[in-house]
Amino acid sequence: MLKLHRNRITYMLRRWIQVIATFLSNSYLLFPFTGNIYQGTLKSFCTPGLNCYSCPAATGTCPLGALQNFMATLRPGLQAGNQHFGLFVIGTLGLLGSIAGRMPCGWLCPFGFLQELIHKIPSRKFGIPRVLSYIKYPVLILFVFLLPFLIADEFGYGMTWFCKFICPAGTLEAGIPMIILKPELQALIGILFYNKLLILGLFLIWMVFSSRPFCRVACPLGAIYSLFNKHSIFRMIHDPEKCTRCMECHKNCPMGVKFYESRNDIDCVRCLKCMNESCKFGAISYEITGFKEFRGQGIEGKAVVRGQ
Amino acid sequence: MKIQEKGKTPFLLIIFFLFLLLVGINAGEVSTVLETATRICLSCIGIG
Repeated sequence: MLKLHRNRITYMLRRWIQVIATFLSNSYLLFPFTGNIYQGTLKSFCTPGLNCYSCPAATGTCPLGALQNFMATLRPGLQAGNQHFGLFVIGTLGLLGSIAGRMPCGWLCPFGFLQELIHKIPSRKFGIPRVLSYIKYPVLILFVFLLPFLIADEFGYGMTWFCKFICPAGTLEAGIPMIILKPELQALIGILFYNKLLILGLFLIWMVFSSRPFCRVACPLGAIYSLFNKHSIFRMIHDPEKCTRCMECHKNCPMGVKFYESRNDIDCVRCLKCMNESCKFGAISYEITGFKEFRGQGIEGKAVVRGQ
Repeated sequence: MKIQEKGKTPFLLIIFFLFLLLVGINAGEVSTVLETATRICLSCIGIG
């Protein structure tokens, strides 16, 4: 009873945080009446997850969109004497990553939450080959940094390549709602939009069969956070003396991480399913550097908090 | 076995990125972000 109770609490806690984060990121509910997106000062701040700022309900700025805009306007900005390198956005993401690594992906990202919900649709489930996990890095470097900066029009302005050609979150949260909200935009739909619809559709189908495919394969934001997983304040700990390599953690991991081989793996979103819902032997725990170590004692045991 | 790993790296990273954040704020990037995010970029969402 104790184990079920504790596991249930952890599960519900993460779910509620995901629901609240999704709502807070998209809580401008006046858009059907104003016919426009939110334009208040909250848009000065970056959301921790992938959430398109052109979404009619969005209250914050997508860090990837903001970064691309900085890259796209860097060249004419430098010529005009504005040295805006996107340090505000890089600093925000670096701070979040240094504290929690990829935890925002598992707890705060609306698109990650959507993928988890869609994956609950009953079907045969498939893994994702590990090698595909590395695609998100070239996507980040090329589509977020290099292409927006290097390929410019006659005035020196680049494009937001990831948003324009790939981002399925933008299509779902902004493209489709804007077309519904402003029917006159339907006249502007072209091959670009159909291409983005296709990408969205393929990922939606993939989400049914595989867990979090966009996070694992293509998300540049996840790629940025993943760089901090091994060096963040919040870190996972593996006790090899207690681990039996039963692989239960791997089977239950939404990101397909083999915890016993790579405890702070680039794909670990710190959802804690391995610790709270999988490991029977207390081999998985986490620490908050310099403060406390939180040890699971197996899903049949009682959690112990040790620290200063 | 060393279970609890303590290190300075996360704190150094926090200081470094906090510095970048403050430099960005000081350079006026917050208003740039606000200006960008309050306009609907149709081409960014695949329309037009």
